[in-house]
Amino acid sequence: MNVLSEWAFIGVFFVLAPILPAVPILLGGVLSPKKPNAIKQATYECGVETVGDTWVQFKVQYYIYGLVFLIFDVEMVFLFPWAVAYGQLDFFAFAAGVLFIFLLSDALVYAWKKNALEWA
Amino acid sequence: MIDVPSFAELNLEVALPGIFLALFTTVLLIVDLFIPKDRKITTAHLTIGALVVAFVLNLPAFNAGETAMNEMFIADAFAGFVNMIVITGAIITVLLSVDYMKRSGIEHGEFYSLLLFSVSGIMFMGSANDLIVVFIALELLSIPLYVMAALRHDDVKSEESGIKYFILGAFASAFFVYGAALIYGATGTTNLPEIFRAIAGADGIVATENSAMIYLVIGAAMVIVALGFKVAAVPFHMWTPDVYEGAPTPVTAFMSVGAKAGGFAGLLRVMIIGLPLLVVNFGDAVETMAIGETITVPSAWQTALWLIAAATMIFGNFIAISQTNVKRMLAYSSIAHAGYILMAVAAVGTVQITKVAENDYTMVAVYAESALNGALVYLLAYTFTNLGAFAVVMSLENNDGSGTMLDDFNGLSKRHPLTAAMMAFFMLSLIGVPTTAGFIGKFLIFDAAIQAGLIPLTIIGVLTSAVSAYYYVRIIVNMYLKDAAVTDEAVGLTPYVNYATIVAFAGTLIFGLFPMLALDLLASSGAQIATLLF
Amino acid sequence: MVGMEAYVILSAVLFVLGAMGVMMRRNAILVFMSVELMLNAANLALVAFSRQWSGVDGQVFVFFVITVAAAEVAVGLALIVTIFRTKQSINIDVLHQMEG
Repeated sequence: MNVLSEWAFIGVFFVLAPILPAVPILLGGVLSPKKPNAIKQATYECGVETVGDTWVQFKVQYYIYGLVFLIFDVEMVFLFPWAVAYGQLDFFAFAAGVLFIFLLSDALVYAWKKNALEWA
Repeated sequence: MIDVPSFAELNLEVALPGIFLALFTTVLLIVDLFIPKDRKITTAHLTIGALVVAFVLNLPAFNAGETAMNEMFIADAFAGFVNMIVITGAIITVLLSVDYMKRSGIEHGEFYSLLLFSVSGIMFMGSANDLIVVFIALELLSIPLYVMAALRHDDVKSEESGIKYFILGAFASAFFVYGAALIYGATGTTNLPEIFRAIAGADGIVATENSAMIYLVIGAAMVIVALGFKVAAVPFHMWTPDVYEGAPTPVTAFMSVGAKAGGFAGLLRVMIIGLPLLVVNFGDAVETMAIGETITVPSAWQTALWLIAAATMIFGNFIAISQTNVKRMLAYSSIAHAGYILMAVAAVGTVQITKVAENDYTMVAVYAESALNGALVYLLAYTFTNLGAFAVVMSLENNDGSGTMLDDFNGLSKRHPLTAAMMAFFMLSLIGVPTTAGFIGKFLIFDAAIQAGLIPLTIIGVLTSAVSAYYYVRIIVNMYLKDAAVTDEAVGLTPYVNYATIVAFAGTLIFGLFPMLALDLLASSGAQIATLLF
Repeated sequence: MVGMEAYVILSAVLFVLGAMGVMMRRNAILVFMSVELMLNAANLALVAFSRQWSGVDGQVFVFFVITVAAAEVAVGLALIVTIFRTKQSINIDVLHQMEG
């Protein structure tokens, strides 16, 4: 019985959740003025308008940037436990974390000097 | 308060050589950025300096037998010896690389950092006391090697070699992780001595629980497959010839000794310390024993290693015969040599069971110590000999990578008598002729295998050694009895390469004449491992 | 409650699928993905065993596997990029410069 009432709670959410975005969209559709033109109808895209085929080869530089990001992103897994337990750590454990960050920045300096962070 | 070990408890000074080298390498990576392109020799000098410091720091490790980092790491005679092998090998590799990299147009300061990372990986492998450390060391030694193999980026062969090595290496690591997971599942620990105790201890899970036994056997098999890839054992060898041929020659030289030493260090650690007493049909074996009686049974993985060792020796030696490129021939010969060392690992798997009282048995892997000594001395001898052989091959190699065919050795004794003489000595050492280090290694391994009752395997070993004489002697014949068709200068015969060849020659000769030098260093290894386990 | 065997069997199935992918796929990227599948199958087994033994060893192992696998893949992708630049293909069958 208890379990069922917990699920009922989620069921209410399922019913209510679609209503919240649906109401403003419907209201907007009814109330807003409609003056379409070519630019407004175009697919939204930020930045400069696309010219030519979008399936072009990327510069290799982007891959390197991506790879560098991948490594740093994943290394964060070691900093999470450290950060969570931060308040309870003694100085040595703190220093170990700092050493780890130092090693990461060592790699960052290397990547920087090798121009792996250049976009252009 | 979270239970964090204090600095003193971690006992980090035990791991000093490896930690020093790894930290130095991260600094070297940055320092190298500020060294101008035409002065990369400075990086090489710094690298050699660091390796010498690590060698000195490693000396106290021989007598310590202490653990560090919650028993994940250990410095004993085994670790000290592996460190010694790999540091010496790396110094010779640096000497070989300096001029070669320059004349092939692939001089990068990163090469030395990658080499040092790989070296520290092998050092951690030698000291690994936990499956997690074995895994990290395995990756730390492999990942730089993938890059180093592909270093010659204008040459599609080198790129191909890098990616082949990478795909099979990654495949092998996945096997290792899964195998380690199963062993963890069966025993509840990743610590190697605790795995040993879980298998052999009084509350031995093995005799009672079937699923644990299945996990352990499959896990052990997968670990053997993974490390078999690293040491290039048949049938996991298919990457070896291509990678060895395509990679820059100094990298090939280092791979053939360094990655091999690392792989075998891991295999020996896991098999000797973790799983020596994995006896499958324990109940059947001890059923009819009387109290006080002693029997010998094979460990669950012994037959597998037996077959792999035999296949490796036979395949490596017979394919090497038909090779005309010496670099490729040395690749197959390196496969064959892995077979001899595997023979020593197989010898560890002979277990003695004694019935002490009713339902009370003691199990000992009696030949672990002699097998371990044989394997390590063999690795030492092989390191010197093979690096020497590669040094000579390299000095004949042209800038575009050609010049390593058998015919290029014709008449070498007239052109460069000293180099030819040293090459002849290296070839004799690879065969295992007395007075060379190679003989001592083979002798110790055959001795251990016979003690452990692996008579047929020993016979295969002796016969294939005789076969190997054919292709090694052919090089000597070419050097001394044939006339050279070409008389162009050996471009690679630079002072640095000469130093490397002479160091390798000295090592091969000294350990051949005075094997006790090596054996004394190892004298306490067996005792240290025994204290670790019981 | 799902039994321990279920996790082991699932991880074994994933591992075998990954291993078959490595051996049968010809596209280098798909080969990498198959290797990742194998590693993650092992991770699943490790986490499951870790829960069974109520220890953290297995989870610590998984942390290391994840990070090391990322480093490994970074190196592998870099190798693929260089190979693509010379060969204009990432099919591993084009890698036959050397015999056997």
